[in-house]
Amino acid sequence: MSTQEQVIAIIAEQAMLEPADVTLESTPEDLGIDSLGLVESIFAIEEAFDINIPFNANDPAASDFDISSVGTIIAGIERLRAEQQG
Amino acid sequence: MKRVVVTGAGTINALGHSVPATLAAMQEGTCGIGQLEFRDVERLQIQIGGQVRGFEAEGRYNRQQMSLYDRFTQFTLAAAREAIEQSGLTFSGDLAARSGVVLGTAGGGVSTWDDNYRAVYEEGKNRVHPFVVPKLMNNAAASHVSIEWNLKGPSFTVSTACASSNHAMAQAFAMVRSGMAPVMVTGGSESMLCFGGVKAWEGLRVMSRDACRPFSANRNGMVQGEGAGIFVFEEYEHARARGAEILCEVAGFAMSSDAADIVMPSKSGAARAMAGALQDGGIDPSEVGYINAHGTGTAANDKTECAAVADVFGPHADSLMISSTKSMHGHLIGGTGAVELLACIMALRDGIIAPTIGYEEPDPECALDVVPNEARAAKVKVALSNAFAFGGMNAVLALRAV
Repeated sequence: MSTQEQVIAIIAEQAMLEPADVTLESTPEDLGIDSLGLVESIFAIEEAFDINIPFNANDPAASDFDISSVGTIIAGIERLRAEQQG
Repeated sequence: MKRVVVTGAGTINALGHSVPATLAAMQEGTCGIGQLEFRDVERLQIQIGGQVRGFEAEGRYNRQQMSLYDRFTQFTLAAAREAIEQSGLTFSGDLAARSGVVLGTAGGGVSTWDDNYRAVYEEGKNRVHPFVVPKLMNNAAASHVSIEWNLKGPSFTVSTACASSNHAMAQAFAMVRSGMAPVMVTGGSESMLCFGGVKAWEGLRVMSRDACRPFSANRNGMVQGEGAGIFVFEEYEHARARGAEILCEVAGFAMSSDAADIVMPSKSGAARAMAGALQDGGIDPSEVGYINAHGTGTAANDKTECAAVADVFGPHADSLMISSTKSMHGHLIGGTGAVELLACIMALRDGIIAPTIGYEEPDPECALDVVPNEARAAKVKVALSNAFAFGGMNAVLALRAV
């Protein structure tokens, strides 16, 4: 599976949707993922890719990790993988 | 119904090893939060906390006691000694038979769990010390207080996460008020500042890496603390008859459950607890001069709490003072309400309002007088102490100057 497929699978599971219903443009709100669901998704992604994601639920916008859509989450993961495993 | 007064107070926390030291630090706006020091701290992403420093259990407790006292029990016994000595009470005969101890803790002997899991899982040992269970159990601290001071009446431990000690003190208050017990030793303690204790909190992603800044627009989470706060609650006539010094009166309390979300706070649950405490104590909202806030420094708590205060107090919300001393001593979780009760006593008895330190930017969603950064002199007749726990369980105490 590609990074994109893996991330979509994780997010779809969290949102209790089919992967086909999750697009790159989907936002966590679109998918019905609340703040606690987001924290769980971030944890699942960290475990899957063995990376640390700088995410503070108090102020997601201030974290150096853009969670505004599935696409930005994937881009962030690819950057962190390159940085943390490079 | 009997009147209930506080005739003894004791504490140990990041700000001091006694009540006078703690109140002096609160008055100065001292920050007790700093770099954590314990085994494996380098593996944590969150490395700050309100850790008790310079507390050496060795020498204070003997070898047998050390094998039975987790750090949360050590803190409890130190604070209980200060409180009971201040009260001047000795427990024997009928007084001992009817007086008890109700304490709060969320985690109990967390570092005992941590040390022994490390021994069996990481170090591969197959044998643990015989007293692991009596050392880590949540009621260990309350039991040792009962043993040390001969308290033979109703005694137990309450565990409701961050509201544990407020729920415990509410029970003690209800018992003295009803006439069930003439004296109750109460409060709470917590000691989660070990690798496993902080790692668990880290997982929730609500912890700050740099500071606890309640109500400030740039707040970015909570910071853990540790320690204990212990009080002697006594029936008013009993205290007066023996000429005891009265620190303040406990006038009312209320408890509520959000019955909603396991971690997100609820405005109505908080408001119902505050309004209930006023009603229970026969207190007009306009009498309240100070609220010791739950004020964790998370985005969610602080705005919800301020909205609840506005709902309960209406226009009076703008004339009362509300501060969070967690900015100084950190969040003591199950012990936090007990240490924070000291700030209410300081307001009522000494006319000094503890500040919210670390306050940098006003937040329109927290537009109350949060006593930013510097303590203030003010005469206060009634104070509230708020605690709103994960699990949606809330407990608020109302205190009155005597």
